[in-house]
Order: sequence, then C-alpha cells, then structure tokens
Amino acid sequence: MNDADLHTATGAYVLNALPEEERIRFEHHLRDCAACRQEVAELSATAARLGQAVAAVPPPELKDRVLHHIATVRQEPPPVSGDRFSGRVRRRSLPRLALAACLAAAVAFGGVAVWQHQEAREARSAAQQQAAELAAVLAAPDARVTTGKLSDGGSGTVVVSRAQNRAAFVASGLADPPGDKVYQLWFNDGGRMRAAGTFHPARGATATLLDGDLGKASGMGVTVEPAGGSRQPTTRPVALMDFPART
Amino acid sequence: MEAPGVGRAPGPRPAGPDAEALLTAVALGDQEAFGQLYDLVSGPVLGLVTRVLRDPGQSEEVAQEVLVEVWRSAARFRPDKGSAMTWVLTMAHRRAVDRVRASQARTERESKAALLERTPAYDEVSEQVEARLEGQRVRRCLGALTERQRESVTLAYYRGLTYREVAQLLALPLGTVKTRLRDGLIRLRDCLGVTA
Ligand SMILES: [Zn+2]
Repeated sequence: MNDADLHTATGAYVLNALPEEERIRFEHHLRDCAACRQEVAELSATAARLGQAVAAVPPPELKDRVLHHIATVRQEPPPVSGDRFSGRVRRRSLPRLALAACLAAAVAFGGVAVWQHQEAREARSAAQQQAAELAAVLAAPDARVTTGKLSDGGSGTVVVSRAQNRAAFVASGLADPPGDKVYQLWFNDGGRMRAAGTFHPARGATATLLDGDLGKASGMGVTVEPAGGSRQPTTRPVALMDFPART
Repeated sequence: MEAPGVGRAPGPRPAGPDAEALLTAVALGDQEAFGQLYDLVSGPVLGLVTRVLRDPGQSEEVAQEVLVEVWRSAARFRPDKGSAMTWVLTMAHRRAVDRVRASQARTERESKAALLERTPAYDEVSEQVEARLEGQRVRRCLGALTERQRESVTLAYYRGLTYREVAQLLALPLGTVKTRLRDGLIRLRDCLGVTA
C-alpha cells in the first residue's frame, strides 16, 4: 500500500476487513494522519449503526450468566491520567482506590498467564511465581506508579517498589511485535540500558516483572528485539519512562 | 441531524443514565451500572455476533465473551473518541470476525453461491421495537447506496469477509473494493447523520 492507498483504507479498516498485516500498517498510518483518525471515528460510529440495526433479544439466562461471570473477573486498572499526548509521560502516585484496582488487575493478569500456559506445567508454575512476585511489588506499601502512552498507541504503567527493590511493567493495547521479535525491558541506569527480560504481549494487557534489582535505575525502557533478547537495545524504544520520584 | 445510537429512539426503555456514564461507572467496578449497561448493549451485541457467525450456540458464547470483556476493559473506553455503543459494537464485531476466520477456511465453509445468495442480509426483521426502528432507518440509508457499494459493505460487515475476499468473490480489483467500502460508509454516514 502506498500513501494514497492508506487514506482510502478507512472503510475497510472500520469494517475489520483489512488482513492482519495491512491492519497493522494502517494503524501506524493512523498515528500520523489526523484526517484518517477523524474519518475512522465517524465511520466506526456508522458501522456500529449497522450492528444496532440487527439487534436481537437475548435469552434472559444470558444476563444471569454474564453477571455471574463478571463477579469473578478482575478489571483492568483505571487510567492514571487523561494524558493523550503520544510520547509524553505524566507522573503521579495513584489514589488508593486505583492502586487497589491495579493490584486486583495484576492478580487477574497472573490468572491469564496461568491459563495460557495450561498445557505446560513448568510454564504454569513459572507464571504463578511471577504473578506472586508481581502482586508483591504492587502490594508494597511504598509502590509508586507512572503511566504513559507508548509510541505505538498502547499504554504502559510502571510500578516501582524501592523497599522491594523491584519494578513491574504493565502494557495495555500493545501491538504484537513483528515476526519472531519480542519486546525487551530495560532498566535505565542513568543513560545506560540494563537488560531486564523479554515479554510477548498477550491480547489485552500484559504485566511483567522486570528481571533484576532496581539498583540505581532512574527509569525503564521497552524495545523490540530479536527472539531471546539483545545485550543492548538495537531499536528505538517504544517506551521510555522515568520511575516515579521518591516521596 | 439525527443523533447516532438508539438513545433517542422512542421505545420501551426506561429513562436512565446514558451508556457513556454507565461505562465510566463500570470502569470503577460498579456491577449495578454494568447490569444497566448490559440491558442497553446486549441486544445489539448478540444480534451482530449472530449475524456474522450464524450459529446460535456459538454466537451466544461469543456474545458472552464480548460482554465480559466490556466489564474487564471498561477503563479503556474514551468518551472523547466515540460513543459507548460504538466502542462495544466495535469489540463485538472484531471478536465475531476473528472467530469466523479462525473456524475454518472460508472456501471450505461456504461456496461463493451461498455467500452471494445470502446477501444482502440486512432486511431481516428484529423483534425489538428500537432495533426495528433503527433497522428501518439503516435499511432506508442502505437503499441510498449503489448496489455495488451495498453489496461490498454488507459482505464485509455482516459476513466478516476481508476486502480481498470481497474482491475475489465479486471479481473486482482490490482498489475498487477498498474505495467502495469507504464511499459506501461515507454515504451511509451522511444519510444517517452520524457525527462520531
Ligand atoms: Zn490518512
């Protein structure tokens, strides 16, 4: 697709009619093209009307099932701020309610990870272990949180516990890395990046504990790297975030 | 100009907070608000998913997944980017399309003749009063599209075909189909007075 083609893909995009690869390319284009963003908003609302036009009457037991089900499903944490500027990161400590929701979400993410590795016992216990460590970081009384938009449209949340000397990264809406690439996490030690493990985003949200101690790190970053990770970042970071200030 | 959504349509629904306010409350864990939101969106969700999947059992299962996903990811809803109904139905459509594409190769699933025969699929009548009114409006506006635009839009939206599949089915160049989908939706937008 050339640029002119991209502008005309708005219709196919909102109808979910672009093949995966073209959808990803178009979503990249959307970030830079305000005209297409506006058109996508309008045409999405238009497509939704096609959906409303075929509404059905759900059986009453569906409501019972759904309400029953949600009582056991943890929610994603609420956004920390209304920040909508790409690449800008705002910082603040979360109010108590939001932190509680964040903790709840971490447990739920653990659940997702566990479920995904159902086939592999080993992987399952690793996931459970990570979920537990993750929950410990989030539950730390000194946990501080920063949320920012990632350069590819998702959002990232960093949770730091200086008492535990650990940090966790929660990615939401992150696109799959291209091909057999992975996302790699880095501690930012005053400008020098220290490898802190890799992850592959689950559909939805992914919470990952950074490998290694916080040490003197003042922030963290995320890059796309070949499978297995790199010793130093080899691509421009999709996220570069300062850790919350000590309070 | 007509407001998007069924919110203004006359119907049996009691007055209450709008879907956007409910979804915002849901994002904070309000289960009662979720129950009210469910009443607003479950009909369209189930209807749309059923239209795409055409298998009642599977459709209910997917509709349930979508509604639970609404609960789980409500915090991602941005009122400034569109209505709650659009947000929910976008999610429902994506799920239904993912499911239909994953189930098996489309060529195996349905013959070309069967696909064309079942199109346009928009003129079936819903039992719900609001949906029926909305259905009439949408049907009238679909009537304002060229036949080719209507065909392409309904094959993509209600049948979950990619634009490449639509092009293959109708023996048209890819670019032509892409343009038709866009032009068709733009005409529909203008006819329905959608402002996003
Ligand atoms: Zn554009």
